[in-house]
Amino acid sequence: MTATLAPAREPGSPVPASSRRLAERVFRIRELGIVAVLIVFVAVTAAIQPRFLNSSNIQFVLVDATIYGLLALGETLVVITRNVDLSVGSVLGISAFACAKLASAAHGVPLPVVFLAGLGIGLGFGVINGLMVALGRVPSLVVTLATLYIIRGIDVLVVGGGQVVPSSYYPSFLSMSKATVLGVPDLAIAVAVLVALGWYGLRTFRSGRELYAIGSNPDAARLAGIPMGRRVFTTFAISGAIAGLAGVLWASRYGTVDSTAGTSYELQVIAAVVVGGVAIFGGSGSVVGAAIGALLLQTINSALYVLGVSPNWDQAIAGFLLILAIVLDRIISVRLTASLRRRSARRGT
Amino acid sequence: MELEDLRTRLRAVSRKPDNLRRVLRWETGLVVVVIAVAILGSSLSSEFFTANNFFNLTLNNGEIAIMALPMTLIIISGEIDLSVESTLGMSSALLGVLYLHKLPMILIFVIVAVVGALAGAVNGLLVTRVGLPSLAVTIGTLALYRGIALILLGPKTVANFPATYTNVGVEAIPHTDLSWSMGIFIVLAVIFGIVLHATPYGRSVYAMGDNAEAALYAGIRVKRIKTSLFVISGLASALAGVLFTFRLNTAVQDNGTGLSLDVVAIVLLAGVSIFGGKGSIAGVFLAVLAFAGLQNALLLTNFNQEATGLVTGGLLLVSVFVPNAAMFVRYIRGVASRAARRTPEPALSLPRKDT
Repeated sequence: MTATLAPAREPGSPVPASSRRLAERVFRIRELGIVAVLIVFVAVTAAIQPRFLNSSNIQFVLVDATIYGLLALGETLVVITRNVDLSVGSVLGISAFACAKLASAAHGVPLPVVFLAGLGIGLGFGVINGLMVALGRVPSLVVTLATLYIIRGIDVLVVGGGQVVPSSYYPSFLSMSKATVLGVPDLAIAVAVLVALGWYGLRTFRSGRELYAIGSNPDAARLAGIPMGRRVFTTFAISGAIAGLAGVLWASRYGTVDSTAGTSYELQVIAAVVVGGVAIFGGSGSVVGAAIGALLLQTINSALYVLGVSPNWDQAIAGFLLILAIVLDRIISVRLTASLRRRSARRGT
Repeated sequence: MELEDLRTRLRAVSRKPDNLRRVLRWETGLVVVVIAVAILGSSLSSEFFTANNFFNLTLNNGEIAIMALPMTLIIISGEIDLSVESTLGMSSALLGVLYLHKLPMILIFVIVAVVGALAGAVNGLLVTRVGLPSLAVTIGTLALYRGIALILLGPKTVANFPATYTNVGVEAIPHTDLSWSMGIFIVLAVIFGIVLHATPYGRSVYAMGDNAEAALYAGIRVKRIKTSLFVISGLASALAGVLFTFRLNTAVQDNGTGLSLDVVAIVLLAGVSIFGGKGSIAGVFLAVLAFAGLQNALLLTNFNQEATGLVTGGLLLVSVFVPNAAMFVRYIRGVASRAARRTPEPALSLPRKDT
């Protein structure tokens, strides 16, 4: 059913080496597909408008993709367990405002503390979500839809009509999102490292594998003795913490923060996750795919802008491409499953 | 016998409270909520129980209420449609553009209805024929349809629709204090109620929401019916778009942004299970009252209007936790009584084949 995962084998059971290699190849192809689309897209755009590949444009795309990629990392963990976290946009918003306040020259809180504050705020909301989903046995779609509203409501009550303007920060806060190493933004590198860690953890650690088990078949996972409540709780806590962290980056990237920061980000993040090949019903996908999905969506946005497509067309094209991506992914996975089945049938006879 | 014991234990585990009783209880709870909202509203402001305010209440929530009806059926069938707000926006933009081109109004309505139905059909076909999850599809079309609205209208604003039509948007139905949109909702609610609760079509929606595979094997045309539900949702959203446009007397591309989640919130508050198979139109009617009443009560105080989501969210949480609280209490009682008996129970495990 889940074409992305190499099937788990009992150690010692006879596994034909070729079939394992095939399964691994399938796994790689899924992410390769998105990478291929990304490369083709960049190549075509650059061929039409070389300005697309100048360094400042690349940096903008990467920093924007960094924020979405970070959120997508947390969301992927949640979605793999067959849950969803709709509150990430609101958490980002409230964290962005709080951290922007802290980072203003008037308060002058050092940068690491600002990051910790963002992380803490996000973790707090994530823990609340996680407790309600895991202990309350309430569908996560409903819980996080409710906290989406509630957190944004708190944000509005606290912030009111106020906003933080770029001139109020101490300089290093804004320059943080502009710093680069060899043309690559520092933040993009940091997030890439986080994504790599997440990828490794999901693939390697027992707790990571258990997330897939929970998402593929919750009943079976429970019977197998997997501590479902604890695992699901953890994914929500991590997703919240990451959204809080993303709030700090958001404030640094955009500078001006009011009570609408991060509105409707949740849908774009889920879009990135789905485009990245993570099954919305859980049990399959990887954080690398989701991060590339986020990068792809940002690249598309930027490419439309660079190509001089009227901004009126942006959203329709983005929506169309999103649907196209899901449809293609579906077709590819159906084809692959069918060809795998044919192959193993041939081997059997 | 061990097997016999297992069976009785399984039966005990799977025994659910009688469905009808459960639904009745939920609706009773909602009635209590509505009454509480009414008391709260009248204590917050003396204007709450005036005819004028009642009219405003029905005026501001008519479109959401109309979209909640097909959303109820879709969620009962086990799917979701997040694109309704964009279909509303697209219809509004289309109405504006066609009006600028001086087409006769009747023709415009027909075109808007057809486009709305098509928008729903695209959702439905992608979900049923391509086999994609509706959550993902309708997030995609949420962007796509809003994008089409933007293409149609750009940053323009179309206003000055003929008064005969804008009056529908802002005046009450003669001899009542109901807005036209809420009047349409009530008529539609009756029709939807009959269709959902008393026709094979409606009952099959429950069946597929409970267990799509079993419904399929029972001969229910799951794909066809689900597609039709999305088409109905598109049509209702187009109607809501027209009403929305006439109410504000403006067509802009961002009309209705953010309404989808409100609609879903109402439907869930109504006691419709997000997993499908459960819910009633009576519940939706009461949920609309509770939601509209609360929003309106807050409108009358000087509560920050942007923050009314706090209340919507709170209502949603209450609506999911109340039934679970009852379950939780039963669970605790069960644990307590077992502890009192001090009989170590064998773990519930399936017979295992050790090879």
